Amino acid sequence: MLKLERRPQASTAWTYATPLLAVLLTMIAGGLLFAALGKDPFVAIRTIFWDPLFSEFSSFYRPQLLVKGAPLVLIAIGLSFGFRAGIWNIGAEGQYIVGALCGAAVGLAFYPMEARWLILPLMVIAGALGGLLWAMIPGLLKVRFGTNEILVSLMLVYVAENLLAAMALGPLRNPEGMGFPGSRNLSQYESATTWIDRSAGMHWGVVAALIAVIGAYVIMARHILGFQIRLTGQSPRAAAFSGVNPARLVLVCLGTSGALAGLAGMFEVAGPAGQVSIDFNVGYGFTAIIVAFLGRLHPVGILLAGGLMALTYIGGEIAQNQLQLPAAAIQLFQGMLLFFLLAVDVLTHYRVRFQRAEHRPAAKPAAAPEAAE
Amino acid sequence: MDLSTINPALLVASLMVAATPILLAAIGELVVERSGVLNLGVEGMMITGAVCGFIAAVWTQNPWVGFVGAALGGAVLALLFALLTQVLLSNQVATGLALTLFGLGLSALLGQGYIGIRAPTLPRVDLGPLTDLPVVGRILFGQDPMVYLSLLIVAGVWAFLKFSRAGLVLRAVGENHGAAHALGYNVRIVRTCAIAFGGACAGLGGGYLSLVRVPQWTEGMTAGAGWIALAIVVFASWKPWRLLLGAYLFGGVTVLQLNLQAGGLAVPVEYLSMSPYLVTILVLVVMSAGRAPGSLGRTFHASS
Repeated sequence: MLKLERRPQASTAWTYATPLLAVLLTMIAGGLLFAALGKDPFVAIRTIFWDPLFSEFSSFYRPQLLVKGAPLVLIAIGLSFGFRAGIWNIGAEGQYIVGALCGAAVGLAFYPMEARWLILPLMVIAGALGGLLWAMIPGLLKVRFGTNEILVSLMLVYVAENLLAAMALGPLRNPEGMGFPGSRNLSQYESATTWIDRSAGMHWGVVAALIAVIGAYVIMARHILGFQIRLTGQSPRAAAFSGVNPARLVLVCLGTSGALAGLAGMFEVAGPAGQVSIDFNVGYGFTAIIVAFLGRLHPVGILLAGGLMALTYIGGEIAQNQLQLPAAAIQLFQGMLLFFLLAVDVLTHYRVRFQRAEHRPAAKPAAAPEAAE
Repeated sequence: MDLSTINPALLVASLMVAATPILLAAIGELVVERSGVLNLGVEGMMITGAVCGFIAAVWTQNPWVGFVGAALGGAVLALLFALLTQVLLSNQVATGLALTLFGLGLSALLGQGYIGIRAPTLPRVDLGPLTDLPVVGRILFGQDPMVYLSLLIVAGVWAFLKFSRAGLVLRAVGENHGAAHALGYNVRIVRTCAIAFGGACAGLGGGYLSLVRVPQWTEGMTAGAGWIALAIVVFASWKPWRLLLGAYLFGGVTVLQLNLQAGGLAVPVEYLSMSPYLVTILVLVVMSAGRAPGSLGRTFHASS
C-alpha cells in the first residue's frame, strides 16, 4: 500500500526535477495522442521540439521564438507575483487586450506625425496604464467588497474581447481601410512600431521581458515586497501579524500583473500583430498561467518555461503544416503539461512510502487534528 | 427601435432555456463546493460535455443518448480533477484552471469533424390544451424535457442536502474535514463522488448548449458559461433555491440583451454582448456576503 508522508520542508531536488519530469511525461502522453491521431509520434515530437531550433530552416524559426516568448514571459512574470501570494489574477488575457487597445489608440492618435522619441514612450505608458487599470477593477472590488478576484478578472476577459471587437469595428477602424474591420497597421508606422529588428525577431517587448525577469528576481530575492509576497503565500496569518497590509498587497500584485500584461499587449499590437483586429488576442494570457507554474513562479524558471512554451507554439505550427496535425492537438498538449506538472508536484511536498496493509488500522490516528495545508 | 416586438411570455419561456445550461452546471458545482472542494474547471467540463454529447447524439441520432454521453464526458474529466486534488493533493485552484485549459483543447480536438452539422434535438413537450393556455401554457407546460429535469435536479439536491443522512455527511466533510475524518467518514470518497456528480451536471449543461440551445457544435461555444455558473454559486450563498433564482435572473439578462440586439437598439452589438458578464460582476459585488463552507478549497491529507 502506498502512503504519502508530508515532508517537513519542500524537497529542493524535486523542486527542480518536477518540471523536467512533467515535460517528459507530457512528451510521452503527447506521443501517444499523436499516435492515436495516426501520426508517427517520434516525427511529431521531433517536429515540435527539435526542428524549430536545429533543422535547416531554423534560421527562419528562431526569431519567432523571441516573438512568441516575449509576451508569455512578460505576462507570466506579472502573474507569478500574485500566484505566490495566493492572489489569483487569471484575467491577464483581458488586461493584455486593454493594454493593446490603449497603446494602439495613443499611437493612432498621433498618426501620421513623425516623432518616435515621443510617441513610442507615450504608447508604452498608455499600454501599461490600460492593463493596470483593468486589473484594478478586480483588485479594488476585492479590497472594498471582498468579491472573488478569480471570477471578476475572468469575466473582464469577455468584456475586453467585446470591447476589442467594438474598437476594431468602430473608433479605431482604419479610415482608409475600405470598410474592412481593423485599425491602421502600426508596424508600418515608423514612429509607433515596437520592432527593433524585424528579421531577428527583436522588438521592445523582448527587451521589456528581460528587464522584467531581472526586476522580478531582484524584488523577490532582495526587496521587502518580495518577502511580504512569499510570506503571505505561505502563511497569511503570520504575514498579517508581521505587519503586511493585505489590501495593499492585493492591489500591488494585481496592478503589477495587469501593467505587465498591458505592456505585452501593447508591444504585440504595434509590432508582430501590427493592428487592432477582432482576432488580435490568441490566448497568451491563459498560456502564461501554464508558463508561470512551469517556471515554478521563479523569474529564471519563467524565462526558460516561456522559451519552451514558445517552442510548442512554433513547432505546433510546423507540425500543422507538415504533418497536418490539428491545431487543437497543440492546445491540448499545453494543457496536459500543466496537468502533469501539478500531478508530479506531489513529490515535492510529500514522500511516497510503502506500507503493509495490516499495519494500517494501528497506524491510523484516532483523530487527525488538522489537514495539511 | 421597437420594444413591442418583445413578447413577455415568450421572453420568460426563452429565459428558462437560456438559464438551463448555467443552472445545471451551477447545481453540480454547488454540491462540489458544499463538500469542501473548489473546482474551477466547470468551463472545461461543460465544453467537454458539449462536444461528447454532440458526438454521441450525431452517432446514434438520439438526443437522449447525447445527454448521457455529455454527462459521462463531464464526469470523466471531473474524475481526472479528483485524482489530482484528492489523491495527488494538488492545489485546487491551479488544477481547476488546468482542467479548463485542458478541456478547451480536448473539445476542440474531438469536435473537429463535427463543425457545421446538426444534431437531433429535443422536441418541446406538448400537453395539448395545457400548453395552449394563454401566457402560462408556454412557460409552464411547453418547455423541453431537460428544463424540467434541471428543476428536478435542483429540488433533488435541496432535499438530499437537507433531509438525507448522506447529505449531512457531505456537508460535514465540507464544513470541517478534520472532524469528519475523526468521526470515521472517508473524506476522499465523499469528495470524489461529489466531484463526479458536479462533472456530470456540468457535462449535461454543456450538452444542453450543443443539443438544444444552439443546437450546433462550435469551438469555445460555452463562452464563459462555466465561469458564470461558478459566480452564481457564490451569489446563491451555496443554497439550491437561491441558485435557481440567480440562474434565471442571469438567463433573463441574456435573453433581454439578445432581444434588444434583434430589436435594433442603437447601441453596437458588442456593448450589449458585454452585459451578461458585467451583470455577473455586479451581482458578485452586491451578494458577496454569504458564508462559504468551512473547508472550501483546502487540501485534505490525513497526516498524523
